[in-house]
Amino acid sequence: MADTVQFDLVSPERRLVSMEAREVRIPGAEGDLTAMAQHSPLITTLRPGIVTVTSAEGSTDYVVTGGFAEIDGETVSVLAERAIPREEITQEHFKSLVDEATDKLAKAQEVFVNEPGPVDDAAKLLADMVAMGDHIGLSPN
Amino acid sequence: MPNLKDLKNRIASVKSTRKITKAMQMVAAAKLRRAQDAAEQSRPYTERFNAVMGKLAASVGDSDSAPRLLRGTGADDVHLLVVMTAERGLCGGFNANIAKKARAEANELLAKGKTVKIITVGKKGRDSLKRDFGKHFVHHVDLSDVKHLSYSDAQAIAAEVLGRFDAGEFDVAKIFFSRFENVVSQIPTMQQVIPFQVDEDAAADAPEAGVVYDYEPDEEAILADLLPRGVATAIFSALLENGASEQGARMSAMDNATRNAGEMIDKLTIEYNRSRQAVITNELIEIISGAEAL
Repeated sequence: MADTVQFDLVSPERRLVSMEAREVRIPGAEGDLTAMAQHSPLITTLRPGIVTVTSAEGSTDYVVTGGFAEIDGETVSVLAERAIPREEITQEHFKSLVDEATDKLAKAQEVFVNEPGPVDDAAKLLADMVAMGDHIGLSPN
Repeated sequence: MPNLKDLKNRIASVKSTRKITKAMQMVAAAKLRRAQDAAEQSRPYTERFNAVMGKLAASVGDSDSAPRLLRGTGADDVHLLVVMTAERGLCGGFNANIAKKARAEANELLAKGKTVKIITVGKKGRDSLKRDFGKHFVHHVDLSDVKHLSYSDAQAIAAEVLGRFDAGEFDVAKIFFSRFENVVSQIPTMQQVIPFQVDEDAAADAPEAGVVYDYEPDEEAILADLLPRGVATAIFSALLENGASEQGARMSAMDNATRNAGEMIDKLTIEYNRSRQAVITNELIEIISGAEAL
């Protein structure tokens, strides 16, 4: 039985990776999860975070900012709204992501004054973004 | 008969026109390659996205709790047409064809007594629709500063559309763009984005049709998250198709122009040589008859 999965990471602008992987760690909306071969079929949305792919050659990290993942026994497809290899992400880059999330929060607070839903979502997005930055050693300022 | 000097000037001017059209053709060819590349790169995402959406939409179905973006508002009165054209002309019938398609649809809807609202993307579409439908315009997106089309451009347009949808400004949204077939043929296309329509082909192509998926969070929450992205994705791929179509159309238009200029130069050159010869002959006759008169 194959112990690898076909892993694809695609963003709307390009296909970043397509490779055989042993395991893939995905920042799911309701918590991180690791997909390996024979994982039960699952579709989950993503929060901003880091996708880690481990293959025979070692592991690689990608920063993603939301989207969703489709997992079945043989394939793992991550469809990220934006995906950047971790080495390529710079301070300015990260700052612009955080700024964007901050703007979104401010806008949500303005538009949905008495509806907590969208405001909470935006606040969570910002918190996730900052947490992700902490994780890879970047601060929003 | 035009004199020699005039002819010479005209030849020179047509020649420089040919140089310009030739250069534009080559620039368009290079840009076309890039645009096609970008469209190619986005295809895996779009295909998978639509496959997952198809699966989800089919399983949630028409239940009352389905998100409004999928189910629609229940009404069919106000239509929003998003007309995407180029920022520049000189690309054959490209802009005119899209505008024509949008105009036909708008007229049909108006004849049925519906309300039509129009968002234009790209200056050329706005210019050509302004006279007939100026009062239906609600927004214009200017992409003339955008050098390299990115997903965030599409997201901005989608956010504009979704904001209006949430505010209850319209019931149905359609986008107009040109599908890139090949360099000589671009097909003006209309696509409905709100309510979301399941692409029958994509749903049928999904290979794991029998597999039961777990959803995390539940199906409807995912769907609510994905549908707005679906609008952005549809707009993004439409923009990319449009970009490739525009360059393809410009390339063939400029190719034709170059060829026409070449023909014109040939014709003018023959005329020039003939009149030059006529002048020489005339002069000879004058000299000979002068000599004979002596």
